[in-house]
Amino acid sequence: MEKKASLEELKEIARQARIETLKAIYLAGSGHPGGSLSIMDILVALYFGGYVNVDPKEPYKPDRDRVILSKGHAAPAFYTILAFKGFFEKELLYTLRKLGSPLQGHVSRKHTPGVEASTGSLGQGLSIALGMALKAKVDGMDYKTYALLSDGELQEGMTWEAAMTAKHFKPKNLIAIIDNNNIQLDDFVPNVNSGIYPIEDKFQACGWHTITIDGHDYKQILEALDEATAVAKEKPVAIRAITVKGKGVSFMENTPAWHGKAPDREKFIQAMKDLGVSEKEIEEFLAKYDKK
Amino acid sequence: MFLYTKDAPKGDLRKVYGETLVQLGEKDPKMCVLDADLSTSTKTAMFGNKFPERFFNVGIDEQNLIGVASGLAYDKDRVVFASSFSMFLTGRAWEIIRQHVGYNELPVKLVATHTGITVGPDGASHQMNEDMAIMRAIPNMRVIVPADSNILKKILYKVYETPGPFYVRLTREKFPIVYPEDVEFEIGKGFVLKEGKDITIVAVGLMVSHALDAATILKEKYGIDAEVIDPVSVKPIDADLIAESAKKTGKVVTIEEHSTIGGLGDAVLEALSTKAPVPTMKIGIPDTYGESGTAQELLRKFELMPDQLAERIYKFLQKVG
Repeated sequence: MEKKASLEELKEIARQARIETLKAIYLAGSGHPGGSLSIMDILVALYFGGYVNVDPKEPYKPDRDRVILSKGHAAPAFYTILAFKGFFEKELLYTLRKLGSPLQGHVSRKHTPGVEASTGSLGQGLSIALGMALKAKVDGMDYKTYALLSDGELQEGMTWEAAMTAKHFKPKNLIAIIDNNNIQLDDFVPNVNSGIYPIEDKFQACGWHTITIDGHDYKQILEALDEATAVAKEKPVAIRAITVKGKGVSFMENTPAWHGKAPDREKFIQAMKDLGVSEKEIEEFLAKYDKK
Repeated sequence: MFLYTKDAPKGDLRKVYGETLVQLGEKDPKMCVLDADLSTSTKTAMFGNKFPERFFNVGIDEQNLIGVASGLAYDKDRVVFASSFSMFLTGRAWEIIRQHVGYNELPVKLVATHTGITVGPDGASHQMNEDMAIMRAIPNMRVIVPADSNILKKILYKVYETPGPFYVRLTREKFPIVYPEDVEFEIGKGFVLKEGKDITIVAVGLMVSHALDAATILKEKYGIDAEVIDPVSVKPIDADLIAESAKKTGKVVTIEEHSTIGGLGDAVLEALSTKAPVPTMKIGIPDTYGESGTAQELLRKFELMPDQLAERIYKFLQKVG
């Protein structure tokens, strides 16, 4: 496996990834910036912190680690990470959601190398991940299976069907990470259906080991992943990552309105500035790609 | 070629399913089977007893059943069979089937038991009359309906060796044997079980033997010479075979133990509408729910017994001339 990035390097990768993700959403004219930005540090830690063994030259080699993006609307963030890992050219990101693009609005294994399951309909990823983890057991393999969940999709009953079933079948190396940004489409999670809390107690009752972290603090993320990968050899692990929806862009942070809409030109420029992009770079990007 | 007589012995579809799973499991050490707490009824338990490490009874959670089956199958490096009663397998888990099994063309073979009104005393909650409609609507899904246990065995082998998803519709009831043991099954190829010139009857499942009996009654009572076709494969359907017959007879009746909305009848109409539009009558469960009763009582209530079918077809012929 390639060498692990340092904490500072991870932060810089994440900044670049947030920039590219927002560029893709801006050019698409639609998409989900809030949940893409909230899960970005977790994705960067997984793929650049040495936790996900994948080979872009052979995206589906049998012993690879699996990452299932159950919150499939974070597709722009996931595609950016795949591009950074070398699964495809970065420029492809700017075709997001366009007719004929392999980068579908929600991740599709039929279209994009590096995608494990076609998601977008919430609540299904943990069950898929369980199936993949059980396959490792059947085949005597040691790969790890990570399921990346939103907090809102904990309202889906199927998530808990999978959580309970995992206790029964004792899969190998199954790790769920919940992106707890506390916002769903309509409103803050507690204003829609507060019943998802407490999250840790529910997973513990289903026989899971739980870890709670700040999902933007790399030290905490890496320590949690170290603990999770060790414990998951014996029992499934759920990491509740407390995050900020829209993290990194001032006007998007912690704002339900930015769950599922693209910024206009003015807001896009502001977002780029928030992420440290110079005016010259922004102008060059818009001149080259913005055909609106 | 065909064995069927009025007093044909009955074959147990579910038992053949369980036995065939064991045979396939012996041949293929990677194949996995899943069930949702109905394995003793669907007979997947026969596989589970033999290969416990590759059998997953996930309990009463059909969405998760399909989720786990899909997770096992996403790499397309093995065949996965998943079973339950049809109401719960196809109804409860429809969207999971659509998003993963159908969309990604996964090698997940859905085999459901307990379809139609012959589920009987359990009543409307368990009588799945809409499964062909909702499975047929999923792109990439093939829908296969055995008329007896002999062809079921051939269907299961074909479904196993053919990539991609399938839905196979079994029933709780035992069926009269229609086909010889050496019958050959091909996806999308139907059988003309009885040749005739006056009307084409297209039937699947239990209704195949009923259609053959109805054809005998039509002949003996009214001198009407009916052609009887079993397409076996409802999607893809043998449009050419049915259209050729329709051109010859000029009239078509479809018979299914399923809603008249979206099932065999509509599959036949879709084929005929472009290839051979002729007067057609769909016979099946009308747009309503079933109720408790024995299978035989319910078949009579819904006018699906051979004598009733013969009368309905005779009346249809009187009307269309």
